[in-house]
Amino acid sequence: MFGDYSLSDLGAIFAMQGFAGLILFSVYVLMALGLAIIFGQMGVINMAHGEFMILGAYVTWMTSSAFQQYLPSLFPGYFFLAMSLAFIASGALGMLVEWALIRHLYKRPLDTLLATWGLSLILQQAYRSVFGAREVGVELPEWMMGSWQATDAIQIPINGMFVMGLTVLITIVVAYVLFWSRWGRQVRAVVQNRVMAGAVGINTEKVDRYTFGLGCGIAGIAGSAFTMIGSTGPTAGQLYIVDTFLVVVFGGAASLVGTIASAFTISQAQSTMEFFLSGSMAKVLTLLAIVAILMVRPQGLFALKVRK
Amino acid sequence: MSDEQKPGLRSPLRRKLLMGMAALPAISMLPRASFAEAPATSAVNTTGLAVTDSEVTVGILHSVTGTMAISETGSVEAEKLAIEQINAAGGVLGRKIKFIQEDGASDWPTFAEKAKKLLVNDKCAAVMGCWTSASRKAVLPVFEQYNGMLYYPTFYEGLEQSKNVIYTGQEATQQIIAGLDWVNKTKGAKTFYLLGSDYIWPRTSNKIARKHIEGHLAGAKIVGEEYFPLGHTQFNSVINKIKLTKPDVIYAIIVGGSNVAFYKQLKAAGIDLSKQTLLTISVTEDEIDGIGGENIAGAYACMKYFQSLDNPNNKAFVSAFKKMWGEKTVIGDVTQAAYLGPWLWKLTVEKAGSFDIDKVAAASPGVEFKGAPEGNVRIHENHHLWSKTRVGRAKADGQYELIYETADLVEPDPFPKGYQ
Repeated sequence: MFGDYSLSDLGAIFAMQGFAGLILFSVYVLMALGLAIIFGQMGVINMAHGEFMILGAYVTWMTSSAFQQYLPSLFPGYFFLAMSLAFIASGALGMLVEWALIRHLYKRPLDTLLATWGLSLILQQAYRSVFGAREVGVELPEWMMGSWQATDAIQIPINGMFVMGLTVLITIVVAYVLFWSRWGRQVRAVVQNRVMAGAVGINTEKVDRYTFGLGCGIAGIAGSAFTMIGSTGPTAGQLYIVDTFLVVVFGGAASLVGTIASAFTISQAQSTMEFFLSGSMAKVLTLLAIVAILMVRPQGLFALKVRK
Repeated sequence: MSDEQKPGLRSPLRRKLLMGMAALPAISMLPRASFAEAPATSAVNTTGLAVTDSEVTVGILHSVTGTMAISETGSVEAEKLAIEQINAAGGVLGRKIKFIQEDGASDWPTFAEKAKKLLVNDKCAAVMGCWTSASRKAVLPVFEQYNGMLYYPTFYEGLEQSKNVIYTGQEATQQIIAGLDWVNKTKGAKTFYLLGSDYIWPRTSNKIARKHIEGHLAGAKIVGEEYFPLGHTQFNSVINKIKLTKPDVIYAIIVGGSNVAFYKQLKAAGIDLSKQTLLTISVTEDEIDGIGGENIAGAYACMKYFQSLDNPNNKAFVSAFKKMWGEKTVIGDVTQAAYLGPWLWKLTVEKAGSFDIDKVAAASPGVEFKGAPEGNVRIHENHHLWSKTRVGRAKADGQYELIYETADLVEPDPFPKGYQ
């Protein structure tokens, strides 16, 4: 297929293709991070993850509309405020859900699957009733649209680079919070041994609530960022949920490094194959490969070594 | 002061003319007014449908919950508007239309179940409904078994014809061939890149497009054809492939949430639709609402109706629609086709002089609706509509600007020879 093209053409395409892979990688990491915290650290199978993302997207849409109407001069910068609001909104809803629903189910992790699935249906219908069944269009400030002309032939989407930067930032923050902060130590202590952690004076309920809130909040940020590349509608969260679980499970549920490694593997495989084969075929092959690898390594790529 | 004193009315001829004009509206009411009473129920309803002396019941069957609610909401709104207008104009054979709405919930077995309910329990004289081909395929056996009448609004892949269905949207050849001819002639397009979501409608449509491009357009060829799972949100790889192959035309039949992702990423990747020709048959004004006009401005769409069509019927329709459903609502191709359903049914019933399904089905061919927002339409022997095909260009405000329309109504051909 490459016979007819000049070397510089091909070089440019491969450079852009490399970036396409990296952008996909960032998207996967961003959507999986929140779930990795909730599923990985707490063992809660949160089927409503996508809906928490979409809440962030709707918050972004509302912020954007508000800015257009009342503060058009500040419109170019609204996205940063929108992301913070998305974090707060999704995080708050997450804590509420944890208090009302999830905390009663910690001893029955499989039931969280059903409960959160029900929650996702409720949220979808709530969005539909509040915002209408049709998709909403989030308007972006001018500087975030279009592409950066690296050379004559190489164009890199600006919103893609924005997502990449955001992903790096959030990953660093999450890693810091979980591994170096006092609160992160408490989280890990609760994960490893809830009774013992309680015995040494950690308020386990509070830790649970904040952990769940943090995971949902990050989902909100992801949803906010994805308004740049995807759609915002009541059921748009469903578009992400399968890929998200794929990344987390493939990486090894309890490992942040695993999540990142698996996002990298899946995204590169997917985007490379999509280039040489067709979209549907690439998806089939990726899924087949993942199934095969999980059969050999059911615990995922990276797994915590625990005594059994 | 009496009218006689006005100088303008002194001439006897003018007075006669004026009186004649004043009587005009009354003439249009004659068929109903002159018989005073509506025809007896026993005469117009011999098969036990839900028709009384003053009312007739029809069903509305769309998804108002689930994924498809995004698309089907507009159809429901249009059908309710049409029913309201018909009732305001005196109803059908002197009977007001009462509707029963059921929710298909984006789930095909539910559609079949609700269709059965509407036909068997409610004895609806007609049903306006369905959107996806999957839902239509699910209800088709129900309508055929219990002998109902379905008015189906969506443009679709064709390859179907039933006594019990009137297809008010375009079938594939009507939508595809004229558009390809147009882009080939006016843009000199020779190379095409076909894209689609991975299910029956885009695949069948692209198959027809391929046959037409390779068989009927001199020197034209296809440089790529690709499908994506429904809900796919990452298009960067295929955009790179498009950049590499530099097609004259990107032919896109992507639907749902993927649509939004595709156009946003196309724009972000630096593909300028004012220079790169893109022709789609799946983006109506409804979809642009979600995509954002600035992301798709410059793209061409080929269908039969745009909200911006400049004719009196359409202006009245648009303003009535906005009055009923809000200033901000937009009207896409399918919404307009859904609006045709109740009207075509009314005209057919009045032509047949009966609500009986068999008589309505038999009377359908040849029924003309001159008041359609898209302009005159006529039902074909094969129960599809003769209608014009139009090409519009998307503008940043989310509306299409009409670029081209076929001179005559295009004949529907659900089983196109040489295209299968």
